Amino acid sequence: MAGIPTVLHVTLIWIPTIVSIFLSFTSWRGIRFSELKWVGLKNYHQIFTVFQKNFYQALINNTVLLVFLFVFPTVLGMFIAILLDRDIRGTRIFQSVYYTPVVLSLAVVGFMWQSVIYSPANGLATQIFGHGGEINWLGNQSFLVSFGENYGISKNFVAILVAIAWRHTGYIMVLYLAGLKSVDNSLREAARLDGSNEWQTFRHVVFPSLKPINVIIAVVTVIEALRAFDIIFVLNTPRKTEVLSILTTNNLLGEGGGNVGRGSAYATILFMLCFGFVIWYVTSHYRRTQEGADT
Amino acid sequence: MTAAANADVAWRRRPRISVGRVLLYSFLVLTAALWIVPIAGAIFASFRPFHDTVQDGFFSWPKHLTLNNYQNAWAQGDILHKYWNTTLILVPSLLLTLFFSSMVAFVCSRFSWRFNILLLCVFTAGNLLPQQIIIQPLFQFYNRVPLPGWLSNSGKLNGSYWGLILIHVAFQSGFCTFVLSNYMKLLPKSLNDAARVDGASVWKQYWQIILPLTIPAMAALATLEFTWIYNDFFWAVVLEQQGADRPITSSLYNLGGEFFKDDNLIAAASMYVALPTLIVYIALQRYFISGLTIGTDKG
Repeated sequence: MAGIPTVLHVTLIWIPTIVSIFLSFTSWRGIRFSELKWVGLKNYHQIFTVFQKNFYQALINNTVLLVFLFVFPTVLGMFIAILLDRDIRGTRIFQSVYYTPVVLSLAVVGFMWQSVIYSPANGLATQIFGHGGEINWLGNQSFLVSFGENYGISKNFVAILVAIAWRHTGYIMVLYLAGLKSVDNSLREAARLDGSNEWQTFRHVVFPSLKPINVIIAVVTVIEALRAFDIIFVLNTPRKTEVLSILTTNNLLGEGGGNVGRGSAYATILFMLCFGFVIWYVTSHYRRTQEGADT
Repeated sequence: MTAAANADVAWRRRPRISVGRVLLYSFLVLTAALWIVPIAGAIFASFRPFHDTVQDGFFSWPKHLTLNNYQNAWAQGDILHKYWNTTLILVPSLLLTLFFSSMVAFVCSRFSWRFNILLLCVFTAGNLLPQQIIIQPLFQFYNRVPLPGWLSNSGKLNGSYWGLILIHVAFQSGFCTFVLSNYMKLLPKSLNDAARVDGASVWKQYWQIILPLTIPAMAALATLEFTWIYNDFFWAVVLEQQGADRPITSSLYNLGGEFFKDDNLIAAASMYVALPTLIVYIALQRYFISGLTIGTDKG
């Protein structure tokens, strides 16, 4: 019964993954197998030397995204969830508004941010901050914060971070909202009767009992930050906003394409970063449930 | 009434009007307004002619309102045909994903055998991989598998609906297996024992006893997977090179490119793309939200 699904999953997901790792040690244009050449670590060597600038900038962007997701959408999403969990009129409506960006298709999200908000001539952001002039929100590559001469956080990447936060906050909110609903209210009441204020109740009673949700959110956030792709891609990847997944895609499929070896090496690096984390999460999850089943 | 329920009532009945509550509502209304601005801007633009927004910007008092953009986008984007492509890919993907992952989850969570945890790990981890590590070998593989003409316009798995359906099923069954196995674990073991005593085959235990009990989880997953598969554009852009055969999301993902020239037309086209997921989300909101949280809360 589990046979066909497993064969399908392994054939289309895991075997290609292993093949990609193999391809990362070769040079190939992706057409005839006879042209495939084993080159050892050359692709990796090139990434760390010739393409150093792109690669390190992408790593910085992924890291900035990771920190940003934890600092901004996660905290805001949790805060909104806490507010909505109280006796609020129209809580359904608020929930829908915050969550809608999560279900919207990327075609729509891309249009909204590229044109409605960030259009250099007549987008909303320009109307508010432009003082009558034009602002090239998604094209401005200069660094807002720079690390040394060549690397930093570019202004257009910050503009994209705003769009990502807009989409991510609702997701976090919904996860926390569900978590809060499962917290036993008598615990809160007891804490209140004991004279703790709201902050103390949250800090010492509610937050600790949200542990399973916190783990899920940590996993979602780390994985999403590492494999972030779609919003940046639909905004046509302005220079300096590349992340690892974009570098991979560009090498594999971009203009002229056919850089299978190097593309696969980027993909393998991305995979290794994700995989270490995934292994940790999956084994700890199933070890826990296994112990639960045994006792 | 239990103590918990009493506490619940006490917790939710708190002082009515205070500075705190006013602040709370202002904060919520303000952020909600911020959240809705890009969406409202797109809807608004879709009803306005091009020269209006060019002259006055996206947020300005409208001089004219029109449905022309919707008519033009419908024809130029070949929207009806794209909806049909989406349906042909989405429906089989959704049904097969749920069917396959419920079987795997059933075998892994209701029976103890050597490899069930390993199998669950494989499926769960598979869903968390970046798509980019898979795409190149998958593309090469699809390009070398021939299909008869009545199954595929291109004569290959690459460029056929089946290619997209298979990768959706393979990729999405990771998440669904994870959720369904968590859910099935909570069903009492005695169900299986009783069925076995009655002589029910393994298939019968799955189809007639366990599956009907997982309907709430299945409904939630169906709504989630609907939006995920509908919103996919990565697989479809790479594995379906013929623009005309692409599902709506991927054929219109770069709205500024091929089909449309002005922003207001794009706005109308993007509404066509957004509409199905919005309808599903609004109609099935309850399932949707529970779907995200199954296996994470106590139930």
